[in-house]
Amino acid sequence: MTEKTSPKPGDRTSEKDAAGLEEARLRQQAIGIKLRHMFDTVVNEPVPDEFLEILKRADEKRR
Amino acid sequence: MRASERSAGDDEAFKKELVGLIPHLRAFARTLTGDPTAADDLAQDAMVKAWDARASYQMGTNMKAWTFMILRNQFYSDRRRSWRQSQLDQEAAERTLVAVDDPESPVALDELRLALNGLPAEQREALILVGAGGFAYEEAAEICGCAVGTVKSRVSRARRALQGALERGDYERDGQAAGDAMGSILAQADRLSGAG
Repeated sequence: MTEKTSPKPGDRTSEKDAAGLEEARLRQQAIGIKLRHMFDTVVNEPVPDEFLEILKRADEKRR
Repeated sequence: MRASERSAGDDEAFKKELVGLIPHLRAFARTLTGDPTAADDLAQDAMVKAWDARASYQMGTNMKAWTFMILRNQFYSDRRRSWRQSQLDQEAAERTLVAVDDPESPVALDELRLALNGLPAEQREALILVGAGGFAYEEAAEICGCAVGTVKSRVSRARRALQGALERGDYERDGQAAGDAMGSILAQADRLSGAG
């Protein structure tokens, strides 16, 4: 957390800290979801034909 | 290279599984290079390398991890060959921002990509493998050729750095709106998790 409040004694501070931690957790979760989405977006793209053509050529070499 | 006892059936089974992994190899390559064209070149090289090395792969073990390791090794050996690559990475990252055509998620995805590209390579790959690729820490460690603890610390540093980068500057603690990038990532993540 970069936005930590300056430490002060008392309940208000620990409440703030707890809220801050919860917010950090939510943010990390959101980043995680976006990260997976970013990756999956490419995974779900159609594979360019080139890939299968290259593999086919490589495969033909063994015959 | 090919073991003599290897049958055509083994090759067919291998090929089928390899073809199924192509989309994942493309995605991993995209995050490593940050450039779609360079990524597909890398993924194709890795695919051919995997095919050529099929005799050394044990069917039934984790082919996804095995091919990711090949791709990663290829990436770093290409990088060593071209010394200027680190400068080119940044240019490629900037080109990617223009090239990305994803009407679903305009600003935030690009921000995330940019922040991701700003991470040291070893942190980026660790985070992608564990956070997006679905690998366990142990598998990621095997792919990266390092200790499990190293992967764990890289992932956690990457997460902190990403969050920091996304919040930096325009993030206001008490404002209703967080920084634009983080705010829209939060909103989109809500939508994505709701839809999924």
